[in-house]
Amino acid sequence: MPDYSLKIRRYNPESGQPAYWQQFDVDLAGCSCQAAICGSCGVRINGMSRLACNTKLGEAAEDAPNGAIVVEPMGNMPVLKDLIVDMDAVHWKKVQRVVPWLLPEGDPPDREYIVDPESMIDITQSMACIHCGACVSACLSMEVDPEFIGPAALAKAYRFVGDPRDAFTEDRLLDLAEDPHGIYDCTHCFACIEVCPKDVAPMNQIMRLRRRATSDYGIKDGNNGYGHEKAFSDLIEKYGLLSEAQLLPKSYGDGSLIRAQVKPAALKELTAKLPTVIRGLRSGKVSPKTALIHRKLKDQDQIRRMYKEVESHEDRLELNLYIVGDSDAEEEGTMAEGGQEG
Amino acid sequence: MLAHDVLVIGAGLAGQRAALAAAEDGAAVGILSKVHPVRSHSNAAQGGINAALNPEDSWESHAYDTVKGSDYLGDQDAIEIMCREAPAEILALEHLGVTFHRNEQGRLGTRAFGGASAARTYYVADITGQAILHVLYEQLMKHSEVYRYEEWFTTSLVRDGDGHIVGCVARNIRDGAMELFAAKCVILACGGNGQIYNPTTNALICTGDGIAMAYRIGAPLMDMEMVQYHPTTLAGNGLLVTEGARGEGAHLYNAQGERFMEKYAPNKMELASRDVVSRAEQTEINEGRGFPDGTVALDITKVPRKRIHEALREIVNVGRDFAGVDITREPIHIKPGNHYTMGGVKTDVDGRTDIPGLYAAGEVACVSVHGGNRLGANSLLDTLVFGRRSGKHAAEHARNHKLPQVSNTVVDDEERGIREIVGRDSGNGRRVAQIREELGRVMDEHVAVFRDEDGLLKAGETVQRLKEEARNVTIDDKGTVFNQDLLGAIELGFMLDNAECVVVAALERKESRGAQFRTDYPERDDDDWLKHIDLSLDGDRPAVTYSEVTLTQWEPEERKY
Repeated sequence: MPDYSLKIRRYNPESGQPAYWQQFDVDLAGCSCQAAICGSCGVRINGMSRLACNTKLGEAAEDAPNGAIVVEPMGNMPVLKDLIVDMDAVHWKKVQRVVPWLLPEGDPPDREYIVDPESMIDITQSMACIHCGACVSACLSMEVDPEFIGPAALAKAYRFVGDPRDAFTEDRLLDLAEDPHGIYDCTHCFACIEVCPKDVAPMNQIMRLRRRATSDYGIKDGNNGYGHEKAFSDLIEKYGLLSEAQLLPKSYGDGSLIRAQVKPAALKELTAKLPTVIRGLRSGKVSPKTALIHRKLKDQDQIRRMYKEVESHEDRLELNLYIVGDSDAEEEGTMAEGGQEG
Repeated sequence: MLAHDVLVIGAGLAGQRAALAAAEDGAAVGILSKVHPVRSHSNAAQGGINAALNPEDSWESHAYDTVKGSDYLGDQDAIEIMCREAPAEILALEHLGVTFHRNEQGRLGTRAFGGASAARTYYVADITGQAILHVLYEQLMKHSEVYRYEEWFTTSLVRDGDGHIVGCVARNIRDGAMELFAAKCVILACGGNGQIYNPTTNALICTGDGIAMAYRIGAPLMDMEMVQYHPTTLAGNGLLVTEGARGEGAHLYNAQGERFMEKYAPNKMELASRDVVSRAEQTEINEGRGFPDGTVALDITKVPRKRIHEALREIVNVGRDFAGVDITREPIHIKPGNHYTMGGVKTDVDGRTDIPGLYAAGEVACVSVHGGNRLGANSLLDTLVFGRRSGKHAAEHARNHKLPQVSNTVVDDEERGIREIVGRDSGNGRRVAQIREELGRVMDEHVAVFRDEDGLLKAGETVQRLKEEARNVTIDDKGTVFNQDLLGAIELGFMLDNAECVVVAALERKESRGAQFRTDYPERDDDDWLKHIDLSLDGDRPAVTYSEVTLTQWEPEERKY
């Protein structure tokens, strides 16, 4: 056995002393199953949120700064003692926020609900969450906005939104879209996908919530989430490059520059952004010329063809780690293995 | 003092189901758990849950398979109830939101499982236990009238002068506060004792707390010798590879490439009952046809790759993370490993123990529906059916009884005990982990798939010595906040009581039946041993008595697969 040393962040609330670092041979956080299924042992190892039980010492030692494996409690949650954080105060409150139980319409049938087999496999990806808190710990948006509902709870929300037995799909989506700390508070950073030990891919579930909200229910939220996405994708279709000067005003007008100007709320918020614009002009990041006349990519036609191709599909392609499909689609499996959507 | 009509100890499937059933019937319910409910070991149930729900299937067929699987030690009245009520339980779970696998028609779909004459196992990929546990927890979050005490460790049960249960003493793990809980009835639902073995598929929390606490206040235990070894666990760390793998078509091979189950169970092959497959593997290994690491091979590559990813996803992860094997491409080495406690606190079909007001359900209990050997996918069913029945019966009991008066002196007693442990000089005694390790190894060596008198006597002596040593076990953490060290010392006491009972019962049963295979008594002996072994605390040792096995419609026959 090679020797490993672990540098562990210790904290004893009874000592009256602040947290300190201690070097050890071996130590444990809360743990139970030792098989990556109970979710008790979430910690940060060399800065990365993960389960301690399925972390190989040898691999962790390779990434360790100065040879010592650094073990800290998870982030975004208050530390109770040593490596134990208060998940009730953060994670479980957020889970409770998304109305985490099935709400079917009326009395249940005599037998089972008859549903599309793929829909069950689809939401099983969210069901695979073991509530270890790794994604909450790694979430950059939550660091900025502690009230953000966050990756785990929103993945849980998708589990009901995607469930054909639930009768409140639209209400759930409206609620999560209108909440300023809801689905549009995610910044697409992929951190949750990277750290999730069960391939739940929380960010993907958040993106699915957004698509359901916009494409399926046409929800135009008060947070301008919908407008912002529309402006983003319209600008790329038009120029191939993002026009930051147009992005903001277009976002406020559901993608239209003119409509943005006549909205009093938009005007107010745009005015509030003026200092940012001025800073941009001063630093030379934006010039009046580039702001007004945005250049197009040379092969912009290619971008347009991509848009056309994607939009011509009748169904949205929703790949999932619990692979479904015809037996002749065997090769599709390899695409979906990463737990990413196409 | 905290008070509830019904107090449930343990928040896995049995406990949550009991709490919901009792609350539905109007009882004020408290549920205590030493871990957050979603960390409970029910999580680990991978393969599924049995029910004769298909019109072509019948509860009688399910019951017969279960009786035969139990090697005729299961009580047939209880088995009939479980199998009759199974379909309604599955449908109730489905209506609550469990994402059961569907067939092409969108109806509930099944997979094959060991010891069963029909494919009647309903499942959610290979996370069935987790999926059901989370759905029940959703219901607990919804029904705020069930009061949850999460991360509370129960140290003892309390009886009054008339022998009725009146509550328990528990420690808030977060701040070390000891509290008295008064209750009209208490439902034990705190799982099995797998941790007395090493290796085991069981989580570190499965230390037999409920079995020991009930035993200590005089409740009889039953069938404690019946300890299930699961046929497919990883060598070394004991991690579980679901029976679903064989249900999906995986085969077993010895080191010579022979599909050896042909010799032991020519009809059911890999899907014979677990005791049969585990014995077959151990025979191959003992007779030198295993691999050098003391294993045989499970070949899952027979299952189509896409199906593996869809239905055995967790096993892909376990293989990759804990064995370094891609199960879609190569066989994985496995061996029999400790998995399930068939014995436990003796109950009737409503979960009642011999102590008025005390109930038990799930792995902590022995109804007995599993007898000498539990069939795969019957454990989730056991937790749900008897969890619900216990909850309902307890709510009824609570309606007819007044809240008991309990003196706070019991808390003082428990606190004194804890101060004594904390006050011991570190360095004078052995540490918890050392005793635990030795206990686990000796149990796995002598009280496993094959047993004999010599080995059992050795194990018995070791357990007695460890009990002595445990009285002086020392801990480093002297604090009150999350003192896991202290809880470990208390759990160690529970574990040793469990181990002692397992060894005593295994010595007592001089025949081979189900999971108990005595090489010195290799035959089943219905004339002398078609009976349960009951153990009750007498002084500081278990006293043995016997009770009848209930037979209804199935006479014992020779067992062949």
